[in-house]
Amino acid sequence: MSLHSIRLPHIKNSAETQTTKPLLPPKVVISMSQHGGVPCTPLVKVGDEVKTGQLIGSSDAVISAPVHASISGKVTEITDIINIAGKRNTALVIETSNKQELHESVVPPEVNDRASFIAAVKNSGCVGLGGAGFPTYVKLNFDPKSSSVDTLLVNAAECEPYITSDYRAIMESADKLIGGIKLIMKYLDVPKACIGVEADKSKAISKLTELCEKEKGITVKRLPSSYPQGAEKVLIYNATGRTLMEGELPLSVHCIVMNCSSVIFIYDYIKTGVPLINRRLTLDGNIVNKPRNVIVPIGTQLSELLKYANLRKQPDRVIFGGPMMGSSVYDPDMPIMKTNNAVLFFEGTAAGQEPTPCIRCGRCVRACSMNLMPTELESAYDNRDAERLKKLRVNLCMNCGACSFVCPAKRNLSEKNQLAKIFLRNS
Amino acid sequence: MTNYLVEPAPHIKSKITTQKIMLHVIIALMPSVIASTYIYGLRALLMIVICSASCVLAELLFEKITKRPRTINDLSAVVTGVLLAFNLPPTLPFYMAIIGSIVAIVVVKQFFGGIGQNSANPAITARIVLMLSFSSYMTTWVQPFYYKMTADAVSAATPLASEEATELFDLFFAKSGCIGECCNAALLLGGLYLILTRIITPVVPIAYIGTVALLTWLTGGDTVSQILSGGLILGSFFMATDYATTPIRSSGKLIFAVGCGLLTFVIRNFGTMPEGVSYSILIMNILVPYIDKLTASHPFGAKKEAKKS
Repeated sequence: MSLHSIRLPHIKNSAETQTTKPLLPPKVVISMSQHGGVPCTPLVKVGDEVKTGQLIGSSDAVISAPVHASISGKVTEITDIINIAGKRNTALVIETSNKQELHESVVPPEVNDRASFIAAVKNSGCVGLGGAGFPTYVKLNFDPKSSSVDTLLVNAAECEPYITSDYRAIMESADKLIGGIKLIMKYLDVPKACIGVEADKSKAISKLTELCEKEKGITVKRLPSSYPQGAEKVLIYNATGRTLMEGELPLSVHCIVMNCSSVIFIYDYIKTGVPLINRRLTLDGNIVNKPRNVIVPIGTQLSELLKYANLRKQPDRVIFGGPMMGSSVYDPDMPIMKTNNAVLFFEGTAAGQEPTPCIRCGRCVRACSMNLMPTELESAYDNRDAERLKKLRVNLCMNCGACSFVCPAKRNLSEKNQLAKIFLRNS
Repeated sequence: MTNYLVEPAPHIKSKITTQKIMLHVIIALMPSVIASTYIYGLRALLMIVICSASCVLAELLFEKITKRPRTINDLSAVVTGVLLAFNLPPTLPFYMAIIGSIVAIVVVKQFFGGIGQNSANPAITARIVLMLSFSSYMTTWVQPFYYKMTADAVSAATPLASEEATELFDLFFAKSGCIGECCNAALLLGGLYLILTRIITPVVPIAYIGTVALLTWLTGGDTVSQILSGGLILGSFFMATDYATTPIRSSGKLIFAVGCGLLTFVIRNFGTMPEGVSYSILIMNILVPYIDKLTASHPFGAKKEAKKS
């Protein structure tokens, strides 16, 4: 059995362009909530001078990751912002000073066993850089007595159109990726690792295959070039043949799944001690003159990115993330977070037309890799039929957007599924 | 402060629209429109135009009266009109064709909620209504090229040598029957176009025609003439593949098509009517909700529901 998938235009315009590092922005806005977990508490006050890499926010909660200053400068404001997920949270505004220096705490961590490795990953502030943003140390901190992990799956599928930040990371630091994989395998005692790459990235595949030949237990898996290969369940199934059941974690099928950029970052952190303060972003879209990747400090605002992006005209739409699963941004002050991997600038609307009635063509049904019935889910939600929504397993929808993409009636099917999930939670 | 547009993901959409799908179907019907005009004369073309126009007009007026959003731009009414004309004999009075169009659009399609909501195929149901209302007109057939025939020409010998070969040639290129049925070659060309443009899956026509062929062969009938006669090719490519009135999953489509084939074989061989394609498809249309239920998918990684005590 193979899972349903769809063909998307790749539009990877920035694939062969070297990543650049623009000048520092005049200020950064660092959210205390960089991911879905518990927000951090600020550790600095207005007026404090901070240095690059300094810890500025932390939390005692388990599902949380510390936040660090991404530049050296002065904390000018502690304010409330509405983040990309639509939630209000505290953010620090840091104005860039002329002198940029690393904080004294930035030294390579001492790592010699499992516990110290996991502690280092926790202190690094690492979250899943593929977009989900789950704190990485939580993922790695499994109990070896109760769960056995035989495979580290490295997600380098990058199945969304436009985005090339993972691809550029591999092309520019493939050796670090292998190094990071070896660190995780060594300290967590994982015998095998598999790097999943979509078939269209042949250069990355040959580069990684060449490097892996020398390594024991690391393989490269060529994934079909169709969407959504990078979805966790799809990746696990296509790389190992195992089925991740509803509501379970990859641990239950003896896998850890990590994004390739996260692995590269962990390698860098163990070697240098510089925490997660920068982010590689793809700048692209239909009005971008020179599509490319840039490395910017976390907290860089959209208004600043507009200057780097070299646009032909003012954008009508700005997307944080990929065109399939990313979010529309309405506010030019929106800051970059740890989980951002692309900023896309578009002219005009995506829809092109108002939704028309469903013609039951079945394209959405044949597109859904979770084998759901998007058109029936839509009518179940429209009727607010909680029983039917549960029976049709709306909670298995991972919001990949394939159903909305293929719909000839231009119905917002995946949006309805998200609304249906919220409806089920509240009913 | 400039604010940007906010839209739900995904932020790119495929280029396919309902209107484009219907346009593909209309393009696929064109070879048959041309062939029918050639074989049955301009009156056949006029019938097609009248049916399409009256279907569009009926939809426009109905939506105006009931204050529903206007949907004629999706071109589905045009498709219904052409398919209805294809199911009528070339000599049918035009007013009857117009009645058929109104039945198809208003009664079968709009009364049930418009595009995508109807459970019976509009063109087929309208044909059956006309058949029951105007039986003699609906079963009056003319020879191909009747419009340029004189008494002499009718009796003139055909250019092909053997009688069997002539029959086969006629069945394939110009046979007597409804407007759309006359040229199987043109229908197959259109069907191939629909498969290549991925508007329909080949499952339905292959399973439908295959079932009829297999049953005919098993019972010692004339397989080729069973496939090529009547409305089997038209029905299997253009009517049994209608989105709204057939199962949504491929497995369901297969069951649907085999069911159509079985019923067609039974009606043709054991029924009082000579042809059974329309009735077969209509009967299977009614079973679609059950087939969909039977072939409901198992979501990937879904746990079995706990049994209710």
